[in-house]
Amino acid sequence: MIDKLLISLVFSIAICGFDVGATEVGDVSRGLKVFKKCTSCHAISPDARKRVGPALINIVNAPAGQVGEYKYSKALRAAAANGLHWTPEALDLFLKKPKAFLPKTKMSFRGLKKPADRTDVIAYLATFSTVETAAKPGAGFEISADILSIAGDIEYGEYLSSECTTCHQMNGASDAIPNITGWPADDFVTAMHAYREKYRSHPVMQMISGRLSNDEIAALAAYYSSLKK
Amino acid sequence: MEERMALDRRKFLGNTIAVAATLAAPMVKAGSHGKPRVVVVGGGAGGATAARYLAKDSKGALDVTLIEPTRTYYTCFFSNLYLGGVKDISDIGHSYGRLAARGINVVHDWAIGVDRDTKTVSLAGGGAVSYDKLILSPGIDFVDGAVDGWSLETQNAMPHAYKAGSQSELLKAQLTAMPQGGVYAMVAPPNPYRCPPGPYERVSMVAHYLKANNPTAKIIIADPKPKFSKMALFQEGWANHYDGMIDWIGSEFGGDNVSVDAAAMNITIDGEVTKVDVCNVIPAMKAGRIAELAGVTDGNWAPVHAASMSSKADPDVYILGDASSQGDMPKSGFSANSQAKVCANAVRGDLTGSKVFPAKFSNTCWSLIGTNDGVKVGATYKATAEKIAKVDGFISKTGESADIRKATYEESEGWYTGITTDMFS
Repeated sequence: MIDKLLISLVFSIAICGFDVGATEVGDVSRGLKVFKKCTSCHAISPDARKRVGPALINIVNAPAGQVGEYKYSKALRAAAANGLHWTPEALDLFLKKPKAFLPKTKMSFRGLKKPADRTDVIAYLATFSTVETAAKPGAGFEISADILSIAGDIEYGEYLSSECTTCHQMNGASDAIPNITGWPADDFVTAMHAYREKYRSHPVMQMISGRLSNDEIAALAAYYSSLKK
Repeated sequence: MEERMALDRRKFLGNTIAVAATLAAPMVKAGSHGKPRVVVVGGGAGGATAARYLAKDSKGALDVTLIEPTRTYYTCFFSNLYLGGVKDISDIGHSYGRLAARGINVVHDWAIGVDRDTKTVSLAGGGAVSYDKLILSPGIDFVDGAVDGWSLETQNAMPHAYKAGSQSELLKAQLTAMPQGGVYAMVAPPNPYRCPPGPYERVSMVAHYLKANNPTAKIIIADPKPKFSKMALFQEGWANHYDGMIDWIGSEFGGDNVSVDAAAMNITIDGEVTKVDVCNVIPAMKAGRIAELAGVTDGNWAPVHAASMSSKADPDVYILGDASSQGDMPKSGFSANSQAKVCANAVRGDLTGSKVFPAKFSNTCWSLIGTNDGVKVGATYKATAEKIAKVDGFISKTGESADIRKATYEESEGWYTGITTDMFS
């Protein structure tokens, strides 16, 4: 069964052509070692119960926020309600820097910097998951180094930001709508492109990002990352 | 890929510079005391936002005056949640102290006239203020005689509660005092009007209150329209939460043939007289009267150029929000806030030579149907030569899960904090 799952995992990664760590097949046994960093808060076995965080059974490719007994953060519930699925790609982004992917998440873990660590731990998590296919809102999301390297026009970004401030407060506060002030530019660009390509599925954000050019997203990222948190 | 993008970027920058060169005339205008003067009439979602962005972004280069009669501004958005008992009246009240602290001259008075030749606005309290650029954001007034039997003199017996504050508190008091099994009637407005889902969210919130406190009461809506905003979502929600309580009478069933009698507390719908306990009359609307007095209206509304929100009658006058006739955007607080930022950018560019960026508009309207049952509709817009034109949009779906609806409601609360911070901080 594990083999079959790994094949489906490899397949779903391969079609995405992701360049931030998920392009290779994960090493399950290395993943087990990486997972030791997670065990102070997460249990993982067929009969696991919640600890500080939810048990991590049937996570990979499943809709987010589905571990029944766990009380998720408002932020995660909102993302789940808007269709977030823990595809390997989404997990990769989340685990890279949880607070960047999902500001206000209850998970206080700083993140796994090394792409290989993330790939391996996701492969390990997949061995406890029986969800075989990802119900992804949009397959084929990729963000190239070219896009990440666009230099944003801060002044234009400041003007464009006035469209964001109707909902996202500038002062760093967040009430069900995440703070984006001081967000690192790469994270900002990645998130906006993920919405624009309908890889993340919040309808307002898909709509707003849908008519922003690459340069405009870069301008916004440059402006917001220039602000203090 | 890289080459194409580089070209796109150059092309984009080239366009931006061209726009800036055309619109931002190098001439810097100034009043007698040195700085260019902008007067903003109306301190709601359009006016407060415009004043705040002008003051914030010009960094002292502009003299900004905001004329607003009320010292505490009650937002129309979320006032239905106050009626339903979900929010307190204090939750929707905001003062102007922080705008004053930003350097905006906040004048609590009524603007009663505009002389576009001498560029002055006269005030009810006496005196006048002069402007280089005038931004009118007066919201709505009601069309005289729109509902047979209703006038401003009868608004205490039959409140509109469509300008939030004392009218909202009055309607809430009447709702609370309804006898068991009583009747709440609403006369809904014809298009176009402020906040298209507003009357139907209100009915939802009234039903929410009645279900808990007066479960045998009835609600009837006389509507001059054959359909309304988010209709499928509301009707689904009414059936789910308030089955049998709400009777919507659209134009096809005589809802457009209505008169009221405030003395007898009767409503007559298509010839049938009903005695009611509360009668919430929301008449047909027009631009706030100062727009008409300024001579910038055509019919009930004030036409504007989409790119800057400047009046089609006068390039130095701008109209924001409900009062404007601009094209496809609904009359909403979110729309007014969005238009205000485009306008502030254009006005500042004109007066100080700052860069003017292309107009982008957006709107989202959330409505609460029952406890944690939120829905939303939204769209993005662009400026064309003729109007503000819709680009793309979305709407909540019927049959959504309780989790989605709860997240939508929580998001609306976040938006409320966001937009009021964007207006008043």
